[in-house]
Amino acid sequence: MSEPIIICRDVHKWYGQFHALRGISMEVKKGEVIVIFGPSGSGKSTFIRTINRLEEHQKGTIIVDGIELTHDVRNIAAIRKEVGMVFQQFNLFPHLTVMQNITLGPIQVRKWKKEKAEEIAMQLLERVGIPEQAFKYPGQLSGGQQQRVAIARAMAMQPKIMLFDEPTSALDPEMIKEVLDVMTGLAQSGITMIVVIHEMGFARAVADRMVFFDQGMIVESGTPEDVFHNPQEDRTKLFLSQILQH
Amino acid sequence: MTTQVTTPNEVLPPPTERYTILGWLHKNLFSDWFNSILSIIAGAFVFVIVRGLLRWLFVTAQWAAINDNISLYMKGQYPGAEDWRLWLLIYLAVLLTGLMWGVFMRRTSAITWVLMMMPLILGGWVFALGKPSWWLVALLDIVGIAGYLLAKRFPQTSKRLTVTLLLLYMPLVILVIRGFGETGFLPRVGTNLWGGLLLSLLLAIIGIVFSFPIGVLLALGRQSKMPALKTLSIIYIEVIRGVPLITLLFMGQVMLPFFLPAGLTIDRVIRAVVAIIMFAAAYMAENVRGGLQSIPQGQFEAADAIGLSGMQKMVHIILPQALRTVIPVLVGQFIGLFKDTSLVALVGLLDLLGIARGILANPSYIGRQLEVFAFIALIYWIFSYAMSYAARRLEISLGVGER
Repeated sequence: MSEPIIICRDVHKWYGQFHALRGISMEVKKGEVIVIFGPSGSGKSTFIRTINRLEEHQKGTIIVDGIELTHDVRNIAAIRKEVGMVFQQFNLFPHLTVMQNITLGPIQVRKWKKEKAEEIAMQLLERVGIPEQAFKYPGQLSGGQQQRVAIARAMAMQPKIMLFDEPTSALDPEMIKEVLDVMTGLAQSGITMIVVIHEMGFARAVADRMVFFDQGMIVESGTPEDVFHNPQEDRTKLFLSQILQH
Repeated sequence: MTTQVTTPNEVLPPPTERYTILGWLHKNLFSDWFNSILSIIAGAFVFVIVRGLLRWLFVTAQWAAINDNISLYMKGQYPGAEDWRLWLLIYLAVLLTGLMWGVFMRRTSAITWVLMMMPLILGGWVFALGKPSWWLVALLDIVGIAGYLLAKRFPQTSKRLTVTLLLLYMPLVILVIRGFGETGFLPRVGTNLWGGLLLSLLLAIIGIVFSFPIGVLLALGRQSKMPALKTLSIIYIEVIRGVPLITLLFMGQVMLPFFLPAGLTIDRVIRAVVAIIMFAAAYMAENVRGGLQSIPQGQFEAADAIGLSGMQKMVHIILPQALRTVIPVLVGQFIGLFKDTSLVALVGLLDLLGIARGILANPSYIGRQLEVFAFIALIYWIFSYAMSYAARRLEISLGVGER
């Protein structure tokens, strides 16, 4: 855990006149698990979406795995190969089976043989606990199962970094745990993770570092221990008291 | 107060409704006095119409205008000695249908469909060549079923075979129907001899096959981020959509020759086909665009996130979903296109309608309009309905609306 795999320096992003990201600087080391939290509209999602170029940043530098994100399509493609992403709304491909969802990327982008891709997809489905669903369509699965497929799909590309954009926010309460269990397993496997999430129990258990976002800026960051028990900023204290008190 | 709980083991079956004919009549037609009056009036109305229709069909109507010219309706002046070419193509088409059914459709009950539809379409075609040799039809059915079973038995080989045949079929149709050279094997049959249902179907099928990919490209062009491409697509679509098809046909037939250098002529059928393709592509583009816009942003993002290129994203994620949602609209358009081909009669081509008009101009068939137009209407209906039925099966098989 030494050299940084993601380096962001003074990243800015505007939507029209709205200044969504106001100078985010952050370094993520290899194998680190980072939890980003904060009120809605604070730029958390926007920020992690700039890391694989789903959103374009307009100022500042982002370097992922030694490659700088520029307008160069080759750089973007190279970075997307190494960065997996899990969305709030799952975004599985409804016209493909679970197996096809998972193997599409490896076959098309990594150019693996179909047999190899399917073998690895099966291993991943075992890992997320739903191998028996391999030949169903996403519409036939529960929300929790779909999100686990989405995790398997992202992992199938064997990325170095995984981004999670509020992976449990669209789930029924009883399904949140099954997804969090899978994510905890991943975190312990040593992959670099950036997770936008409001599940503070999960954050406390697996995060190496927690980052608090508000109004497009990083207000505070530190170990879960520091952030929960000894927050420095008033804004952090207020937010934590609101979400922990119910 | 106690609540009765049904445990999963003792789930009750739904109540069965039992109907007698009288019960059904009472419930649906004579439930109260007002409904009864309506039913009686409607019944009398239907009776009068059906009686008139039957009387016309079997007593008044004189079918000589159709019986004497059946071969003209079906294939125009296409020489009888070359009929075997059409038969060959029909056999290939049936084999292909069977193969496609076996390869692409998951539900086995489809075999019933094959059994049901094939004699219907083929019946028309046997008629077609004016030689109702039933063993040829029986053999056709056998070829179709053989294709289906082949596809089920050897899925991999059949898939490759089917795709190859599909790609080759259109060029083959044109090559075989037209022929080449003056004498010898497959002598040329000029397009002036193509006619009737043969010409209508050729115009429609070529129109559909070519306008579809052009339409998809135009739709993608209109959605493109490249300004030149986008503007060109929009101009093309809006100009063509602002012009009636008949205008395009007239321009092709009447005005185009003035712009061509002297001595250079383009075949009239080709000019008509090009006009139809150009026209249909613009409408196709707008329908496909509707499908593209119905795809949620998340699908694009998910495709980007796993690293697919723009092309891969379109081919594997966006287009399959977009086209699936617009199947009903596209089929509606295909049916419209098939019927619109009858406009070529107005510029002098002898398609089904053109032949009908020609036959009606013959003094011996004066006053037989009703019979002739009812007959070609029936033919148009059979093919339109077959398309619509096939599309519904396709939708069910692709699970539109289920996932």
